[in-house]
Order: sequence, then structure tokens, then C-alpha cells
Amino acid sequence: MGGPLLTMIVQRIALGVLLLFAVSLLIFAGTEILPGDVAQAILGQTATPEAIANIREQLGLDRPAPMRYLEWLGGAVQGDFGVSYSNRQEIATQIAGRLGNTLFLAAAAAAIAVPLAIILGILSVRYRNTFFDRIISIVTLTTISLPEFFSGYILMFVFAVSLQWFPSSATVYDSMTLLERLWAIALPVMTLVLVVVGHMMRMTRAAILNVLSSPYVETAELKGLSQSRIIWRHALPNAVAPIINVVALNLAYLVVGVVVIEVIFVYPGMGQYMVDHVSKRDVPVVQACGLIFASVYIILNTIADVASVLANPRLRHPR
Amino acid sequence: MASLLSVRDLKIEATAYPPGEPPKDITIVDGISFDVEKGKVLGLIGESGAGKSTIGLSALAYGRGGVRITGGEVRLNGEDLLKKGPRGIRQVRGAKVCYVAQSAAAAFNPAHKLGRQIVESAVSHGIMSKREAEDRARYLFKVLGLPDPDRFGQRYPHQVSGGQLQRAMTAMALCSNPELIVFDEPTTALDVTTQIDVLAAIKAAIEETGTAALYITHDLAVVAQISDHIMVLRHGKMVEYGPVEQIIEAPEEEYTRALVNVRRERKEEARDQEGAVLKIENVDAGYGEGAQVLFDVSMHLPRGQTLAVVGESGSGKSTTARVVTGLLPAKAGRVLFKGEALPAALKDRSRDQLRQIQMIYQIADTAMNPRHTVREIIGRPLTFYFGLRGRKKTDRIKQLLEQIEMGAGFIDRYPAELSGGQKQRVAIARALAAEPEVILCDEPTSALDPLVADGILNLLTRLQAETQVSYLFITHDIATVRAIADSIAVMHRGRVVRFGPKSQVLAPPFDDYTDLLLKSVPEMQVGWLENVLKTRRMESAGH
Amino acid sequence: MFKTMPVSAMIGLFGVCFYVFLAVFAPLIAPYGETEVVGGVWLTPTAQFWLGTDNLGRDLLSRLIYGARTTLFIAAVSTVVAFIIGILLGFLAAVMRGWVDQVLSRLNDLLMSIPTLIFALVVLSVLPSELYILILVMAVLEATRVYRVSRAVAADIAVMDYVEAAKLRGEGWGWIISREILPNAASPLLAEFGLRFAFAVLFLSALSFLGLGIQPPAADWGGMVKDNKDGIVFGIGAALFPGAAIATLAISVNLVVDWLLNRTSSLKGGRGDG
Repeated sequence: MGGPLLTMIVQRIALGVLLLFAVSLLIFAGTEILPGDVAQAILGQTATPEAIANIREQLGLDRPAPMRYLEWLGGAVQGDFGVSYSNRQEIATQIAGRLGNTLFLAAAAAAIAVPLAIILGILSVRYRNTFFDRIISIVTLTTISLPEFFSGYILMFVFAVSLQWFPSSATVYDSMTLLERLWAIALPVMTLVLVVVGHMMRMTRAAILNVLSSPYVETAELKGLSQSRIIWRHALPNAVAPIINVVALNLAYLVVGVVVIEVIFVYPGMGQYMVDHVSKRDVPVVQACGLIFASVYIILNTIADVASVLANPRLRHPR
Repeated sequence: MASLLSVRDLKIEATAYPPGEPPKDITIVDGISFDVEKGKVLGLIGESGAGKSTIGLSALAYGRGGVRITGGEVRLNGEDLLKKGPRGIRQVRGAKVCYVAQSAAAAFNPAHKLGRQIVESAVSHGIMSKREAEDRARYLFKVLGLPDPDRFGQRYPHQVSGGQLQRAMTAMALCSNPELIVFDEPTTALDVTTQIDVLAAIKAAIEETGTAALYITHDLAVVAQISDHIMVLRHGKMVEYGPVEQIIEAPEEEYTRALVNVRRERKEEARDQEGAVLKIENVDAGYGEGAQVLFDVSMHLPRGQTLAVVGESGSGKSTTARVVTGLLPAKAGRVLFKGEALPAALKDRSRDQLRQIQMIYQIADTAMNPRHTVREIIGRPLTFYFGLRGRKKTDRIKQLLEQIEMGAGFIDRYPAELSGGQKQRVAIARALAAEPEVILCDEPTSALDPLVADGILNLLTRLQAETQVSYLFITHDIATVRAIADSIAVMHRGRVVRFGPKSQVLAPPFDDYTDLLLKSVPEMQVGWLENVLKTRRMESAGH
Repeated sequence: MFKTMPVSAMIGLFGVCFYVFLAVFAPLIAPYGETEVVGGVWLTPTAQFWLGTDNLGRDLLSRLIYGARTTLFIAAVSTVVAFIIGILLGFLAAVMRGWVDQVLSRLNDLLMSIPTLIFALVVLSVLPSELYILILVMAVLEATRVYRVSRAVAADIAVMDYVEAAKLRGEGWGWIISREILPNAASPLLAEFGLRFAFAVLFLSALSFLGLGIQPPAADWGGMVKDNKDGIVFGIGAALFPGAAIATLAISVNLVVDWLLNRTSSLKGGRGDG
């Protein structure tokens, strides 16, 4: 450990932080500079100019944008996202519980999807070009093409309405036990798993196949080593990095996939909250949610980057 | 007496997937039989596509990438490997028969230390204990001349040089004390001065351990140094098979004779080497900030002659060509064309200046747009420089195709429908179409098989006699230089270490580098390597 | 080209053609009007209404057919616009290199570092709900992906010796991009076009489902799912038909793309053997 490796990791993390700042700027600018006026949007097309000026002043929109950006960012870093336009409440307190709900949902889905995808990926490599591999390939191609709301409603139709095994809407409240909670979110979790598992499995399969077709695996084969030794000693150490990368990328995708699924199952999370306030044109809420989603996404991507740096023997053992 | 390895009527097939056509089975190797005695070396030689690697791998009962052994016998100590199950074959691989690949850099696992990989097969086959295997590895490192044998195994593959990796791979093969080793072009990817060391190390290790070997290469001069017998292969069939002296000194088949006689001199050196169509004066150049590649490079090329720029990888020979073309503007110095300084950068040169200097590349495959036909490839310079169109253009293209000995029938073909040699000919025609004064040839023959390369050199020589075109010929191959050059520039680490008429450059007294370079080139002669090593030992004893 | 087409790709191609046919001839095929109320709310399928009626008593089949028109048209237009922007800038970056490439690529990285849907939500919260704005937002977001692919493809080709040969000949940028690079980039870009189009259909549907895409009463598949989703809890599957339409279209496109990608990769060939 040391030298170029540390430099590389520090670089990746610094890049992530830089990206976060750039993204915050972009989100702010996207809502402030684009044509379309918040005050107008709130009051509608028929509002008088006086009323608009009035509300602009009330919201602090008459002050210069750079200043408002700095104030907003300064607050956001300390967890203060300002006040919602629509209901005049602290955004931070409204978000707190919802963010927890969203992360809980995503984590539950990841706990099933990641091992499932990796096992299926390994199995389809083990039995590649067989009937099993074909079936897996067709099924995953199908699940990738399904829109979240289609698979969501199908699951709801079958398991909640026809069979009545699970609740159709994922209502959670604070006094629930963990088990009750898990039961309540069973359907959204299943939907999320369907959404990501196909991608993750296909990428895992490709990563392993790539390693298996490398000359050093051929060398191992020509050394007369057993299949299990070839896979565990020679293929896996080199496949770990790409697989970690695949997992992190898909987790990022999963966090975003949550938005639509929360709306389907009326789950009190960040996604539903954000969508609600987009239609209400409640800019501070949208900015806050956008920033949080983007941060989670960037952090996961940075982890993927760092993982692939860590797994590279050339960087771990410099000349 | 039974041979160690006895191959009979070997037949190997593969399935090809031509784009846009149904898959079909093709025969790669057909009816090959040979024997390898204990402790002896058999050289397998042939051009690409001769099936020599495939035959080599069959000694481990292995087919690479969908290749199938469909007939014949591969007997090791009398037992047919092809009749063994997967478990039986595993017991042979890595224990009785080992393999040394062409690219050791790719064949070693980047995630593990060299030492662990080298002892792995010996230990996992239960041939020796870990401690014994490590002792043997250290001993082999010493025999193979690797630096710091006691700690060499602690390094990762990316931490050692290419020549050392190739020797480490040989150590890996020898470690389990096998009866037979398959060497698959182990020195082809190396520079010539590195190749001789690796070759000597392999030869010493084979003699020391008494293993038998199959040595696969396309270079007859290399295989002559190391083999007891040679088998010449072509298109998956045997051409000739005999003791090394007979093959080199008295080849019976036409094809073998051609291989032995390739690279002979084909023209007299020009007497008058005064005056120059192209002159490079005191050029410094480099990529980006700091990394300087060329240092004070000067040379000149008289009209109608050939200047060979020779050097190993990293010598700066290709960079010199990039400076001449203007792709890499020189930092200092200048390039004169017919006595006038050329603008340093490509974008500042006039169309006529560009026309006067044309280029031929090493890999004809990537030098021609795969979506253009021969007509478009050769026709574009005609339109671009001379405004030729329609009938006139077609006539000129046909004329050029005749000139490169291909004929008008090829005019509407795509590059993918041509052989390697034909592609290079079309590239030459494209250069000729511009009617240039100078053609830069960047290793135009080194990716080609020897006989095909020979044809290209003949063509270039003939075209020079007909059109008085001058060549700046970049190569790493001394034999090619001998064959075609009028004058030579030897480059080493970005400097010209020797420049002058061929007869002077190739005659003593030599500078150290030229001496090393010339002595490293294998000659088509049995016993050449021993002689070189003997002289080396005497020299170092004398010092 | 079509002789060796696998069955899966043929099914895909058939599916795509089927929906394009529906979209083009929608007024001739649809039994009822797009917004015409023809009966009761959420009627079950009958001989008169093959798929039943929707939440306002409109014929579901007719709306599905008109929906094909809206969905395919907007997805196609935004994909085409995305390709024009993405390929132009991507090729420019690959050929010019230097600071042009740096600026464009870093900007693109920045745009791509925000998840597409989140970005769309942020922007659509302030922009007026107009069709052209929706198309532009989708196009810009997709253009980032197209840029990345076309830059990579073009950069691979731009380092080829034949491009260098063209530069040495003195050819201009126009020739190099249109005659040397484009013909060789065509087949990977075609596959990418399919992928992006499928994605555009899904993305547009998701936006409409969230109420931010195409505004009522025009029929589009995502919006139809939204309109009818409340029926699910009562065991009425009206929302599943438009959902299935989106899914089958996306699967069809993916099947064709899969085949295109396999074709291009098999052209490159395997490892050589001597």
C-alpha cells in the first residue's frame, strides 16, 4: 500500500467531491436560469405583474442568483434545505424519514438482487451455451425491457389482488416491527429486483467470460490444474474488480429506479415526495431531492472507481 | 525403440464463422506424423496458417478456441493422449508435457507473484514438495540467467521486462521436470538483441535438464540453432522432414529451398551517394513536454536510392518518419526536400509537398479503409492530386494494378477479400498513384511471411529501377537492410549511431551497438549460436 | 444479411414493424376515436370493445393504437435529435482532440453524473409543459449517451493508419469524417440507435406515468397506465394492456439490437492462430 495507489484513490475521491459541487451548481442553475418563472408557475398564467413581483420578493427570488446559490449550498452541506413553497414546512425534517424509507427499500432489494445476480451469472458461465444459459439470457433480456410500472402492476395484480398474499400499497409507519415492514414492502422489493437483476447478471457473466478467455487461464489449463483451482485461484481474483464495479453501478441504478416504484406502491419515500413536488413546481424541494439522489449516485460510482483501482495488481504492487 | 512422443495421421478441424454465411468446418491440420526422441528437439516451421501452433498444442491434447482434434494418435510413452479422459489428460499437462507461450506477458496471471505460478504445477501434481519446487525454481533462474535468482520469484509479472518474463515462463515449464516442452514462438515478440539471450538461455536449459522439446517458429534461422530435426509445414500439411543439417544445407523441396534462400541481396549499392532529395538536419523531437525521443538526428537520401533506417523498438526510427511526414513537428532542426526546407507541421505544407512524400505502413490491414474498394483506395490520390475522373482514372488505376503485378481483375474488391501480400501491394499502388519523389516505408514487410515479404521487396526494387523513386526504409531486420539498402542509418535510443553507405556501415571497425546488433541476428547456419556464445566467452575472458 | 438472421431477431423485427404499422395507419385501423367516450367506465373486453374501456369509458384498443402513434413518434423524434447532437459533437471531439475534446467530454461527464430521470424531474419542474420542451429534454439527456458511444467509436477509428494516410494526403475534416470514419462507425451506431430508441420509449412512458410527459387527453402508453392504474386494486387489468405494449415493443427492439451487436463483434474475429 502506498505511492501511486494512494494517489490514485485520493484522486478518485477528490474527483467525486468536485463532481458533487459541479452537480449542485448544475441543479441550481437548471432550476434558476432556464426559461420558465417559478412565481409565474405558482400563480398560473393569469396572475397580475404585481402579484408576481410580490411573491418573488417573498421567496427571496429578487436577490442575485450567485448569492442564493452559496446560501443554498451552505445550508445543504449542514443539512438545511430551506422551506417548501407549497406547505411552508422545513424540507429537512420532511425528508429525514423518507430518505430512511427509500434507503431501506433499496437495501432490501440489493440484499436479494446482488447475490442472485452473481450466482446466476456464475451459473450461466458454468453452463454456457447450454439450454439453461439460453433460458437465463432470454428471461433477463425480457426483464430488462419491462418498464418498472408494468412489472410492478403485474406483480400487484397477481400477488395482491388475485392471490392476496401481500398488501397492494406499501404503507409503513414508525411503530411497525422489522418483519412487518419487510412484509409491507415485499412487492416493491420484488419489482426492484426484477428491474436490476437482469443487467447485473448479464454484466457479471460478461466480466467472468472475459477473464476466462484470457491467455493466463489457458496457461492454467495447460498446467493441468483442476477446474475448481482454475476458477478460484486464477479466474476469480481477476474477476472480482469488474464484478464489484458492476454491482456498484447497478446499485446506483437501483436507487434511481426507486422513484417510479415508490409511486406505484404509494410508498412514503424520497421518490414519491420528489415526483409530487415536481407537479406542484415546488423548486426548493425538487432541488433538495435532486441533490440527494445525485449524491447517492455519485458516491456509489466513486466507490466503483476506487474498487477497480484497488483490485488492480499493477497499482497495488508498483515497480 | 519407442519414441517419447509419437504422432500419427493427426487431423485437426475447426468451425469457421464467416460473416453473413452459415458456419462451416475447415481442416487446419491434415495427415501429420512425426516422432520426438527423449532429450531431442524437433523444430516445427511454417508461415502463418501452417498449423504449427495447433500441432504443438495437440501434444497437450488441447485445442484452442473451438479447435478440435478429430483424427489420428498422439502417443506419449506409448499411451494415446486422445483416448484419455479429462482427468488423465490433466495428469499429463503441466507434469509430463509443458507449454511456453509466445506472449509471456499475457500468459502469466497478473494477480499472483511469479514464484507461486512457477512452482504451481509441480506442487499441485504432487511431483515435489513446495520447498523442493522453490529450490528447483531458484536453480532454474540461475541456469536461465535471471537477475537475483533468490528473490526473482517474489516479483509480480508486470514488474519484470519482456525478455525476463519469457525466461520465467521457460522456468515455469521446466520446474516440474517434464519429459517434453512445447515452445510456441518464444522469442518472436522480442527485440533481436534480447532474442539471442533468451535463445541461448533456452538452449542451455534444455541441455542442462535433458528434456525433449517441440520448438515452433516461423524463423528458420532461429530453429536451426536449437533443433535436432526440422519439420517444414505449409497449409496444415507436411512439406519436408529431416535432420537439421539436411534441411538447412541440402533442402529437397522447392518450398524449403525458397525459405532457406530468402533475404538474399538483390542489388548493387549505388556508387554516387552525393546530393539528396531528402535531407534531415539536426532534428530534435518528442511527444508532449519533456519526453524527448530524437536527439540531433541527421541523415540524407539521394534520389532513386534506398536509405535504410535500422534499430530496435524505442530507437526512434518510426518517430523520424513522423517528423518527415509533418505529423510530429520537430522541436529543432529541419527537413529539406530538394534543397528546400519543408514546413515542420503537416497543416502548413502545400498539396504538392504532401504529394511528393508518400507512406507505406507496416500493417496493410489498418492502412486501408475496409469500406473502400481497391478502386476508391487507389483512385482517391488520382482525383485529389491530379483531378483525374471517369475513364482516365479507371485506366490509370488498371495501369497501376498491372505495375504491382495484380491485374485489373482486383479493381472492385474490398481489402478483406485480399491476401496479406496483395493488401500491401495495393498500399504500394496507392503511394505510387501520387507519383511521389520519396516513399516512406515503415516496416512494410515485417508483418508478412518470409516468402511474401520477399515478393514485396522484389516489387519495391523493380519499381525503383523503373520510376527512380527514393525509399526511406524503416526496419528492425538486418537481413532486409542487407538486401535492399544503398545507405544505412543505425539508430539507438533516439540517436543516429552510425550512418553511411551500406558497405561502410556493415564493415568493421564497429561501434559497440552496431557490433551487438549485427552479431545478434541469427544466421541461416547450423552452429551459429554456439560460435557467437564461444566468441562472447572468449571476449569476456580476455577483458 | 437476412438469410442468417436468427429466429429471435426475426420476431423482434416483426414486432417493431407491427407497431410502426399501427402508428402510421392509426386512424384507419382504430375502431373508435382517440378521445371518444363510447360506453361505461372500465367495461370488460367484449366483441364490441376488444380490450374493454378505460377509466372514462373510452375504447381501450383505439387509444392503444393512437397511443402507438404518439409514443413512437415522440421517442423517434427525440432519438433522432439526440443522435444528430451526439454524433456531431462526439465525432468532433474524437477528430479534433485537444481542448475541444476535453471541454466537451468533461461537460458530458457532468451531465451523465446525474441520473437521467432525476435530471428530467428537476428540469421539468420549472419548464412549461409543452411537447417540444419534452422532446428537447429527452433528446439532450439521450445525446449524452450517444456522445459517449460515438466519440469512443470514432476515436478507435481515428487512430487507424488509414485515417492518418488521409491526413497525410492532405484531406480536410469533411472527407475524413464522412468518408473515412462514418462508414466504419455505421453498424455500432445503428445498434446504439436501437438501444436508445427502446430507452426513449421506456423513458417517455415513465415520465407520462408520473404525470410529467404527454398531457391528456392525447393518448400515450405511459399516460394510459397512469389513467387506469387505480383499477388494478379492483382486479381490473386495463392498465396492463398499455404496459404490455411498451414491454413488447422494447423487447422487440432489444432482440434486433442483440443480433446487430453480435454481428458487429463477430466481424472482428477471434484470436489468430499460426
